[in-house]
Amino acid sequence: MSAFGKVNRRQFLRNLSYGGAGLMLGTSVAGCSTLRNSGAGPAGEFEPNAFVRVTPDDRVIVISKHVEMGQGAYTGLATLVAEELDADWSRVAVEGAPADTARYGNLAWGGVRQGTGGSTAMRNAYQQMREAGATARAMLVAAAAQLWQVPASEVTVTAGVVSHHASNRSARFGELAELAATQPLPGKVKLKQPQQFTLIGQSLPRKDSGKTTGQAQFTQDIQLPDMLTAVIAVSPKAGGVVHSFDASATRQVEGVVEVLQVPAGVAVLARDYWSAQQGRKALKIEWDNSGAFTGSSASLLQSYHAELEKPGVVAAKAGDAEAGLSAAGAVIDAHYEFPYLAHAAMEPLNCVMQKRGDGVEAWYGCQWQSGDQETVARVFGIDKQQVKINMLLAGGSFGRRANPVSDYVEQTAQIVKAYEPAVPIKLVWSREDDMRGWYYRPMYVHRLTATLGADGYPLAWRHHIVGQSIAAVASFIDTPNGVDRTTVEGANNLPYGIPNLAVYQHTTPPVIPIQWWRSVGSTHTAYSTETFLDELAQAAGADPVEYRRHLLQESPRHLAVLNLAAEKAGWGSALPAGVFRGVAVHESFHSVVAQVAEIEDAGNGKYRLRKVVCAVDCGVAINPDIIRAQMEGGIGFGLSPALMSEITLRDGEVEQSNFHDYQVLRINQMPEVEVHIVPSAEPPTGVGEPATPVIAPALANALFAATGKMPRKLPFKGLVV
Amino acid sequence: MEKTVDIEFTLNGKSQVLQADESMPLLWALRDRLQLTGTKFGCGMAQCGACTVHLDGTAIRSCVTPVAVVQGRSVTTIEGLESGVAQAVQQSWDELAVVQCGYCQSGQIMSAVALLEINPNPSDEQIDQSMSGNICRCSTYVRIRAAIKDAAGKLAKG
Repeated sequence: MSAFGKVNRRQFLRNLSYGGAGLMLGTSVAGCSTLRNSGAGPAGEFEPNAFVRVTPDDRVIVISKHVEMGQGAYTGLATLVAEELDADWSRVAVEGAPADTARYGNLAWGGVRQGTGGSTAMRNAYQQMREAGATARAMLVAAAAQLWQVPASEVTVTAGVVSHHASNRSARFGELAELAATQPLPGKVKLKQPQQFTLIGQSLPRKDSGKTTGQAQFTQDIQLPDMLTAVIAVSPKAGGVVHSFDASATRQVEGVVEVLQVPAGVAVLARDYWSAQQGRKALKIEWDNSGAFTGSSASLLQSYHAELEKPGVVAAKAGDAEAGLSAAGAVIDAHYEFPYLAHAAMEPLNCVMQKRGDGVEAWYGCQWQSGDQETVARVFGIDKQQVKINMLLAGGSFGRRANPVSDYVEQTAQIVKAYEPAVPIKLVWSREDDMRGWYYRPMYVHRLTATLGADGYPLAWRHHIVGQSIAAVASFIDTPNGVDRTTVEGANNLPYGIPNLAVYQHTTPPVIPIQWWRSVGSTHTAYSTETFLDELAQAAGADPVEYRRHLLQESPRHLAVLNLAAEKAGWGSALPAGVFRGVAVHESFHSVVAQVAEIEDAGNGKYRLRKVVCAVDCGVAINPDIIRAQMEGGIGFGLSPALMSEITLRDGEVEQSNFHDYQVLRINQMPEVEVHIVPSAEPPTGVGEPATPVIAPALANALFAATGKMPRKLPFKGLVV
Repeated sequence: MEKTVDIEFTLNGKSQVLQADESMPLLWALRDRLQLTGTKFGCGMAQCGACTVHLDGTAIRSCVTPVAVVQGRSVTTIEGLESGVAQAVQQSWDELAVVQCGYCQSGQIMSAVALLEINPNPSDEQIDQSMSGNICRCSTYVRIRAAIKDAAGKLAKG
């Protein structure tokens, strides 16, 4: 059986797992690495560090510590290496790094945890991956200089070819690989200045290819010899456990191999997914829900609103907001509600794992190597170094695969441990499992209160945010003075000049498993703050863009991005009858995005979102086309919670189950999108998340302009066709 | 309740015989029995379109199509696309860099090819209508629209 199509299994597994023969590297490539033994890796290859290999046939293999889940990380990282290496882009390929925090820790997280998230890939990589490429280049140049007996300073490199023009000699990378591997590592390498870039700033074709022919391998596609497929039945209530079960009917289902009780629930192992599913349907399980949450969204909302009356943790403070609110005239007051949200990536969660000798090997779209390794090690009672993780492409994630407690990976480990034969097991969640599998974007209630000064600008601003704390689940997140930034980010760092300001955080009991969701705290703080600002502008009789410009005098990046979006959208120009605009600007993950949404009257009190103009400042634009793609995609992703998506609870159970009742944006509601990138030579910041939180307030502000009524509860169903 | 049957059909232009439970969805027969994993599992209830294949040239959702239905008929999956329309669509998809995570894109491409086979010059509205059964959580919709139009343009030029 050819399990992997054109690539044989051995080659495939080597591709997946390569990197183990590399070097111990810290935060810097140059300076602290040593040459690996040239015999330790494939013959004739040159591997100067943990991030790049050059093969005898001129291929440049870049090792990505970040998972490719659509955001373009593979392409971005490879671009940085290729830029400094002066490689031929058509000969560059990318492989996923193994789980090894010492070498592949995320520098944006201090290097102590390996994983992908927080739009950190390019921020992490900008220095490190360029140094990796520059180091490799220097050693190839040294090899050529030695071979040709010429000064290294006279050797040039262009598109994968090393040349000495005076003697008219040249060699391809592959021809120099073996000799380059014997060169001493350079000390500090000199990196290019932005004006010298030839690849950075170009919209190079992506490196995660094979996705238009069905050849790309996702976790769901892995087929290993003797592999079984597992599905797992878990309590429909959070915190419920198995009381008893009867698997006699399940065992009669053709294809079912084993039924196992594990801590998480009851697993059915079968020869294929369909058989496993039929077997699960035949299970009779009695749940013990005595420790489970049995409430509803309605009851939770009520308790959240009650929280607003209690003192919260101070997350930001300037001047005296309370005095400002009581001293001045008219008070503007608004309450907001945000539901739980599922990530609902197109590839339902899954993981392949197998016992291997003393350890465990896993294959999946791993987004959280450090945590997953620790979890699997704990389940098996082994050392985390004995857990080998092969990182595959992920069919989306939006944060879900970086689960702070590695839930789906732990389930897989429990099943693999419980099943005696050491065969590979693929845990597959159905769409229903995925939709009801918890770890949602938390539900939140906000209250914003403000007064305006005589000039019409905010004199005092008070913001209460009520919801579960993600840091309570992800204990590695620091909470200085009790402030969980994942709850208040975007609200406690407002860019606007407001003299008296207070932001309060109210943490509710951890009754529902929750986690980050694309753009995290900004998913709700951008909405409340940016729509509230439009309500203040209206109260002041001011234009929303002019109002923001005045308040952004101390925030030049925000101002520039706002101005670019406004200019490109023709803000202020006359609009045809029935057409309205709304604007929002917000910073997340060190990038600033502004969007102007344009809607038109579609009759019967409904509107159509026809166009979004988006401006972004994300530092150096490594790949402008991928940035545009992330802005387009982020806008589409942010429209789902604005218009239709919500997870609700009743009697402790999730009411939604699949895409018919957890609706998400489809092509017929996708607006035209125009993206403008602010030119910048600053180090790059994130693009995967920052577009997402901006669209809902921009759209709501357009609806406010059209109707005079601001939606304060998401999703605002029925308003937009 | 299970009934194993022999199913003879044409798969990607070649005759294929498969013994399977007649109620097993075509999706799982393709993926788990025939190792054609380009066709994706997304929802299992014809809500997302990730499993789209062609049955006698028409786009269908293989996750809700019992394998017995294909008896004597012709199934084309993403692995078997080879028509001029299909090549134009895949080329436009690559040139416009439509894909992000890629998991839904086999289904998107199968739906787009089926559309252009019957309507070589679709309007935006017709594209939206034909493609609204295919969810993309990365929201590559702007480029899907553009790529379908680009492919239509390529085909019109011949």
